[in-house]
Parts: sequence; structure tokens; C-alpha cells
Amino acid sequence: MSDPRPVPLLALRGIGKSFLGVRVLDGVDLDVAPGEVHAVVGENGAGKSTLMKIISGVYVPDGGTIDFAGEPRAFRGPRDAQRAGIGMIHQEFTLLPERTVAENVHLGHEPVRRGLVDRRQMLHRTRQVLASIGESALPADARVGRLGVAQQQVVEIAKALALDARLLIMDEPTAALADHEVELLYGLVRRLQQQGIGLLYVSHRLTEVFDLSDRITVLKDGRRMTTVHTADTTADDLVRHMVGRELSSYYPDRAGPEDLGPVRLTVRGGGNRKLRDVDLELRAGEVLGVGGLQGSGRSALARAVFGAAPFTTGEVTLDGVPVRLRSPRAAMRAGVAYVTEDRKGEGIVARQSVLDNALLASRAAVAARSGRVARTARIRELLAAVRVRSAGDDQEIRFLSGGNQQKVVLARWLMLNPRILLFDEPTRGIDVGAKSAIHDLVRRLARDGAAVLMISSELPELLGMSDRILVMRDGRIAGELPAGATEKDVVALAVGSVEAVA
Amino acid sequence: MSALAFRPTRWAVPGVFVALALTLAIGWLVVLIDGGQLFNQSTTVSLLHVAAGLGLVAVGQTLVILGGSLDLSVAYVVSLSTLLAAETMNGSDAALLPAIGLALTVSAAVGLFNGLLVTRLRINAFIATLGVGLLLKGYLDNGYDGPAGATSPTLVQTLGYQRIGPVPLSFLLLVAVAGVVWLALARTRFGHHLVAVGGDPEVARLSGVRNDRVLVTAHVLCSLCAGLAGIYLASRLGSGAPRVGSEGLYDLESIAAVVIGGTALAGGRGGVLGTVGGVLLLASIDAIFNQLEVDAFFKQVIRGVIIIAAVAVYARRALRKGAA
Amino acid sequence: MQTVQRSPLLPRLLRVRPGGLAPIIALLAVLLILVAVRQSDFFAPPSLMSFLGRSAPIILLAAGQYFVIVSGEFDLSVGALVTAQVVVAARLIDSEPARTWPVVVLLLGFGALVGLVNGVITTRLRVPSFITTLGMLLILLGAVYLWSDGAPKGGLSDEFRRFGRWAFEDVPVLGRVPYALIVLLAFAALAVLVARSDFGRTLIAVGDNPRTAELSGVRVWRHRSIAFVLSGVAAAVAAILIGGYSGVSFQAGAGLEFGAITAVVLGGVALGGGRGSVVGAMLGALTLELLFALMNFYGVSGALRSTVQGAIILLAVAVSAPRSSSR
Repeated sequence: MSDPRPVPLLALRGIGKSFLGVRVLDGVDLDVAPGEVHAVVGENGAGKSTLMKIISGVYVPDGGTIDFAGEPRAFRGPRDAQRAGIGMIHQEFTLLPERTVAENVHLGHEPVRRGLVDRRQMLHRTRQVLASIGESALPADARVGRLGVAQQQVVEIAKALALDARLLIMDEPTAALADHEVELLYGLVRRLQQQGIGLLYVSHRLTEVFDLSDRITVLKDGRRMTTVHTADTTADDLVRHMVGRELSSYYPDRAGPEDLGPVRLTVRGGGNRKLRDVDLELRAGEVLGVGGLQGSGRSALARAVFGAAPFTTGEVTLDGVPVRLRSPRAAMRAGVAYVTEDRKGEGIVARQSVLDNALLASRAAVAARSGRVARTARIRELLAAVRVRSAGDDQEIRFLSGGNQQKVVLARWLMLNPRILLFDEPTRGIDVGAKSAIHDLVRRLARDGAAVLMISSELPELLGMSDRILVMRDGRIAGELPAGATEKDVVALAVGSVEAVA
Repeated sequence: MSALAFRPTRWAVPGVFVALALTLAIGWLVVLIDGGQLFNQSTTVSLLHVAAGLGLVAVGQTLVILGGSLDLSVAYVVSLSTLLAAETMNGSDAALLPAIGLALTVSAAVGLFNGLLVTRLRINAFIATLGVGLLLKGYLDNGYDGPAGATSPTLVQTLGYQRIGPVPLSFLLLVAVAGVVWLALARTRFGHHLVAVGGDPEVARLSGVRNDRVLVTAHVLCSLCAGLAGIYLASRLGSGAPRVGSEGLYDLESIAAVVIGGTALAGGRGGVLGTVGGVLLLASIDAIFNQLEVDAFFKQVIRGVIIIAAVAVYARRALRKGAA
Repeated sequence: MQTVQRSPLLPRLLRVRPGGLAPIIALLAVLLILVAVRQSDFFAPPSLMSFLGRSAPIILLAAGQYFVIVSGEFDLSVGALVTAQVVVAARLIDSEPARTWPVVVLLLGFGALVGLVNGVITTRLRVPSFITTLGMLLILLGAVYLWSDGAPKGGLSDEFRRFGRWAFEDVPVLGRVPYALIVLLAFAALAVLVARSDFGRTLIAVGDNPRTAELSGVRVWRHRSIAFVLSGVAAAVAAILIGGYSGVSFQAGAGLEFGAITAVVLGGVALGGGRGSVVGAMLGALTLELLFALMNFYGVSGALRSTVQGAIILLAVAVSAPRSSSR
């Protein structure tokens, strides 16, 4: 089959990248033709973001070549890539909400006439760019903060186009969009295509990928598995390429029937701004896995149960008693603990000691009537029991490895003897050894009678650890899978290529 | 339609002008009942004089606050500038221009120093400018016990006391400076970049803005404005006054005027128009209380309450906007 | 994206451990040596005791300010609060000895109330503490001038003034021990206890990472409000000592807020919160006072105090770990 587009806009050959000795990308090839929408798919951690950051000049690759518009390039920073004509639409927008559309689009390269910023020219150019992508309805002089998320995305795209971008990278562009806004994006992508702009489209959502792309490249574990013409493939095929890894690591035994205790937590019809109609049941002694794509509502579920972003509708019971958990404090008092996903931002207090971090929750929520000496002794025991390795209790926690930080956070919660533990990506950014230690701990806690809900993006972990798996999609529970489900089952439910059997 | 779409300021009238109108209306009524007249020549003139001094400092302060910084050294820059101007003039008109030049140059140098401390050494702006302010205070305390030098008679007659109708020349100077700063913010790259740096330094950097240079410029301009205020005060007082800045609380009051005018203390939102409104509001309260012969100190209490209330209102609005 | 932090040699040598006490102790030691060289009789018990007594108010204010700053806020109102307290005390006592104790209790309550108002406005109405306490500063000064028609009225009783100016005579070895020193030691001990309590430790966590603190069950707003209350109470105690030592004046508290903030920063406490110790803050205040004493001994004009204070604060902050400016 001969390729109808002989000169690619972007040609990557043998791109490799390692971080701290870990190979994140390995010999990746990728071509994008002018006017082509090229989708890049893969599991979390497959190397998609790293690849995009290399193309947009944020990272320098360890090996391989980048040709753009027929010339070899070595970008030394994002500005280099921008000047060459590569624009990147980030998941988090780089816009100033207090400024107008035109001001945002031209930030850093305002047109000047006789020493003054030429506002007329700015508005004119902005309208031109907007019109060229069929968005003339968007007012160029409106404050960006007043626009909806989809419109802000248009501004973000216009910002890239105003710099004459010939290749646009869109990283999960629909992650922040509501359903009806996705349609708008579709139209926009098509119009960009007609102008001959090349698009790299990174997405988890297979529906979109099939709707929009000309070709699809599948990444797995930092390697390119395949590149296919979208018309020649099926969702099933893709999912097969995305998954299917050897179960290389060891997981502790699952719960047997004798380990399962009474129902600890039920949610009926739970909903809030990010969740709808959530029903779930969590038993003492089990590990309930929660899978799904980023933004599917997994963390929102944990936060709702923990009272950090409470349910606004529905009912929650703990041990059969209806409760309203409206704040973390209330949840903690009721015996709920929450190990957050963003360890640096929400899990640790970076500049305080290991001991202070471990004692944070007990100090905040429990009166230390039992005596501080006894408490300190107990936390030392716990820190030893979860095998925290540090230079001492008074070492600042930021100097510890991710795994050890996580163990300290865990010890913090174990001080409160929680009966329900919510883990959000408990092993993210943690080395292999510490990972299996944390897996063992989670299982041991369940065996000791705790009810565990564990969110994980890592399919082997999710499958290896869970006694049951809930898969979420768009703020709802898309389906439930028993132990022994396959990666394909989970991915299929998460991306919506099959509908759950009710 | 395109004429409508092209609006230089997208800001609705800052709330502070509503507050100003209300204050003046109520003040006028109360003064009237009291048997006085709020808008007679002398009150208006003194109101505008008060506004001119504070206004010059506050307009400069607006720039640094918009950029996410702040300047606590302005009060001492004001005092220093009165002294430099008055001592160089030494009572004659001959040295008028060199004196003004010297005062402004030294002020700008202080601003440059502030800016470099904040950007290059990355010292928290609060501490950096507090430290610089203290350095200057020591110099002033050490060198001067009281007024020194004499302002050139021409300057006293013009900038100090000349008026056009009820409007003092100094107030026109404020209007001119505020106009220039407004233009700089709305119509120069510097202005656009400054607001971007204050709004989100990371976004600004990614968009190719040279954050440090922008902030240093803002600090220099802020100190220049304070220096200008000093020259004006020297023309009012007829001599250099080593404590006029600190006793007038120009540092804190200028920040207060800026935030009352709707500029966010964290930067990135607001403008010089609101600041002028804030200054006029503070000056009007002064005038009304003077007219009522209410204890002068009461107005300070009112000021404190207004500052807190204004920012609380803005915070509440921002919160609601965020939730919507 | 990793950025390589290059730090110049000098800071690296001085930065034993960020937020630790080593730098301030080293600085204090250097100053003590300089004092010893110039004026060795400074270390004789009488002059040392009276120096410590005189330094008591600013040390207390630094301790109070520490709690506010470590939680990530500012308190600019303490100087005005001290002035207000002194003037109020004089007017209420009006030289009647019998009113001393009730007024002392009232002052403590007043300080706590002002702190509470600062705290609640800052945390619940989300007004930046810089603005809240600036407004409070204006309100307090205005109110107290208003109330006393521009000149302090009444007078302090001798009973009230003894806290600031009397001393235990004929103490073995030490000789004369000022009451102020005893008050200082008592409150310093209390401050250390509070700082080491659950509240004090979680307060640092609030300053460093309010998100983590909130998700660990800390009521962030409550902690910060209490910090403001502590600062208000410290100002009340300082006011009682200052009123006793130097009498009633509208200048009683002038500039003390910046002095306290300087001391706290000098003591290794990070502006913006999350790092530092109350002992460091108090040592910072002591260092500052010692520096002024030293200037005296070397015949430097007292008018240059602020220049030295400014230079010291800039040096201290420039030398310690550079952090992005955030307010």
C-alpha cells in the first residue's frame, strides 16, 4: 500500500528517553502528515505524555531523531518548538482568566504600532484566527474567565495558531469537556485538518479516536506496538494491543469466603458535581478495586466518601447506620481513612519530620488524653511495622523516597484504627520493591478486618489486588467485574467499547 | 457593532466609584443638615490636595501590586525625595530642574534595588521592601532632626499652590500620571506583560514574557511615582521633611487605596482607575469629617473598617465567581 | 522538568539545616563576642539582667508573631495593639491601685478579642491577613486617639507599672532580677509548650500544606484564628511590660510589628509559613536587641538603628534558602 502523503510534517525515528535509569520510551517511530489526525493511545504510563513533551520541546530525547517539515530539529525548549511551528494544547490551560481572548492569544507577542500595543490589530488578528477555525461567534474581547471550558479550549488553540503552528498536539482535549462540548471540538478538529494542520491527538477515549483520527499509534510500556489506519481496525484490536502483559510481579492471596465480614459501607444513588447514581457496597475484609480512566470520577468517589467533596444526593450507611459525612473530620471520626493520589500536594507536609507527618491526623482529630509518650511509642511501632526506612524520625519527609513517604502516610491513618480505608493510586511513583510491600500491607489490613477501596490506573495491580472491581466512566459506575477478570474486560468497560451488562 | 466591541476597558465601573458617589452624597447631606457646605471652594481644594499626594504614591503602588509584588519602602522614598529636592534647590529657582532630576534619579535607583532584590535574590517582596524602607529610615533619622532645605519659590507657587478654578495643579499632575500609567497598562507590551506576570507567572513565562525584567520595571516606576509625590510635598511644605512619608502612612495607605480600588493584592487583576477612585474615597472621608469637625481620629477608624470591608466584598465576589 | 538548584558557596556553608537554630545561634554568639570585646561588664549580672528585662516585650511579640507567620499569615496590628493597650490601661486605671488587676485581665481579654477578630476576618471572609491586620492597625490607632481626644489621659498605678520596672532585689548571684524577666520566662515557657503541643505542630503543617492538613482532619481556619489570638495575647502582655517600663504614650508600640516580623524572619522562620521554631523567633528578637545594644557600645547613633535592622533583615533573608516570592 503506497502512502498518499509522501512528505510527512513530523517524522520521529527511534526516540528513546529514560528517567533515573528507567526506560520510559524505547525506539519510538511516528509520522504525522499535513492535514492528518494521528491518534496516540495507550494505558496510563505507556509513555504518551513523555513522547508529546519531547515533540513540544519540554524534554530532550536520549536518542533518535526529530524531523519537522523536512528538516532535522533539536529543540532546546518549548519556545524553540513553538517558533518552529509546533503548538501544544495542555490539559490545564495556560490562559489568564482576567484577560480578554485577544490579550491571551497575543500574550508575549503583542502587535505594536508607534510604541503602543495595537489593540485593533490584536482584535482583528484574533478574529481572523477564530474565523479560520469557524469560531467567529467567540467574542475576541470577552474575558476568558467568563467563557466555558470548551470555549477556553478554542482560545488555547487560537493561541497556538496565532504563532502559525503547523502541528498541534492535543493532550486529552476532552478531559475537561461536557458531552455537548465534545461535538464542538470535533468540528474544530475537522476544520484544522482542512487547513492542512497536522494533529497529534492523545486520548483515552476510543470513541473519539475512532470518530476523528486517520491513523492510530498504540504505545505500551514505552514502545510502539503498532500504527494502523483507523478504517482498517476495530476497538477490540486496539484494546488487545494496549493490554496483554505478563503478570510479572507477585500479589498477595485474595480474600477467601471466610475472610469476608459484614457490609461496612453502602452508597445508594450517590451524586455530586462529578458523580451520578453511584451505588456501591463495601465489606469488611475485602479489597474493592476501582478502575477507570483519568477523570472518570474515581478520585471523586473516594473524596465523596471521605467528606472532602461530599455527596450532595443519595444515602450513605456505615455498618448499617445512615450517616452524613460532610467533612474529612466527620469521616475520620466514623473510621474512614483516605490515602490521596497527589502525595506531594495532599499527602505529606514536605518540610515536617517523619514523626510529625505520621502524627498529623491523630493530633488533629483525637485528643491525646492517653498520653503523648504512649502515642509516640505507638507511632514508632507502626512506622516500624510498615517498614519505613529513614535516617530517623526527625528527618524531613521530603528527603524520603516515594515509597517510604507513602508508608508514613499509611502509618498516619493506622494510628486511628480505621475500619474503612480508601487508597487512591497507592503505588504511583513508587519503586518495585516498595510497591509489593504496600500491596502486602493493603492485603494484611483487609485480612485484619478493614474494608478497603483501592483506586488504581495500573491494570496488573488492579487485577492482582482486587477481590471485586468497579469500573467507572463519566462519573458513573460503568460495571462490576469479579476477581479473575482480564485487562481487556476492564479497558473495554472504561473506554466504553462495550456496554456493561446490567 | 464593532465600535461597541472595541472598549478600551472591559471593566465595569469599579465598585469603588459607586461607593465614592454614595459617600459624597451622604456626606453632602449630613454636612448640609449640620449647617455647612461640603463642596465649597476651600474643602474641594484641600480634598484634591490630599488626593494628589496619596494618589501619586498609590498609582505607582498599583503597578507593583498588579505584578504580584508590593512596595513598603514608598513612605521613605517620599521623605527622601522631599529632602533631595528641597536641599538641592536651596531656596532658589536656579537649581529647580537639577533638583527634580536628582530626586527622581535617586528614587528610581531605590526602585531598581527593590526590583533586583525581589527578582534576582528572590526575596519575598514584603521583606525586601520593608528592609529597604528601614535602610532609608535609618539614613533619614540619622541625618535629619527636622525640616531641611528650601523649595524653590517658583515650584511652591506653581505645583504647590496654583489652581485652575478649584482644581490644584498638583491634582492635574496626578491625573496626568494616572493617565500615563493607564495607557502603559492598557496599551504597551510592558502593561500586558505585567498583568500576566501578576496573574500567573508560569503562564507568562511559557508565553515568552521576561518576568524579571517586567517586575523590575514596575518597581522602578513605583519608586518614581513616590519620588514625584515627594517633590509635590516639598512644594507644599516649602522645605524637605524627613518624616512626612512615614507620618502620613503613605506606605500602608497607598496599599489600602489600591485594594479599595479593586486591585487584587495577589496581583493580576485591577487597574489604575480603581486606585484613583480609592484615593478619592479616602480623601472625601477626610474632607467630610473635617467639615463636620468630627474628631479627626474617627476617620482613621472608618478607614480601617472600609479597607477590610472593601476587600471582604471583593473576596466574596471572587469566591462566587469561582463557584459559578 | 528538573531544574538544577545552584546555590552560591556562602549560603551553602551557612545553611546547616533550613529552619534550624544553628544560624541564629551562630549570629548571637558572634554578637556576644563583639560585645565582650568592647564592653565586658555587660555580662555582669546587673546589666545583663536589665538588658534581658528590657528585651522582654519584643521577645514576647516575636513569639506571638511566630504562631501567625508559621501558619502562613501576617499580623501587622500588634504595634497598634500595644499602643492601644497602654493608653486604655492608663485611662481605666486612672492611678487607682485597686483597679490594677481587673484592668490586667481586661487587657488580656482585649488582646485575645482583637486577635480573634483578625483571625476570623482573615479565614472566614478570606481577606488577606496583610489587609485585615492593616485595617485593624488603623482602627486601633484611630479609636484610641479618638477615645482620649488626642492626648493620653489618666495614669498607670504603681502596681501596674511594677511589672515593667520593678525587680526582685538581692537575689543570690544574679543580684537584681526584673519582674519583666520572670514574666518573659513564664510566657516563653508557655510559648514553647504551645509550639510543641499538638496544636503547635499541626499549625506548622497548616502553614506548609493546608490541603494535606485539611485532609488529615485539621480545621485550618480554626488553627489560624487561634494563632492570631495568641499574637493578640502576646501583644497584651508586651503592652503591660512596656507601659510599666516607659510609661504612657501614643508612641508606645510604634514600629513594633515590623520589629517582631524582622525578629521572626531572623530566627529562621519562613515567611509564608511551614517552617521555623518559636525558640528561633525569640532568639531572633534577642539578637536584634543585642545588635542595638552593641551599636550603643560602639557609639553608633541610635538613629541608625533602622538602617542596621534593614540591612540585617535583607542579609538574613538573602543568605537563607532562596524561595520564590509568594504572599
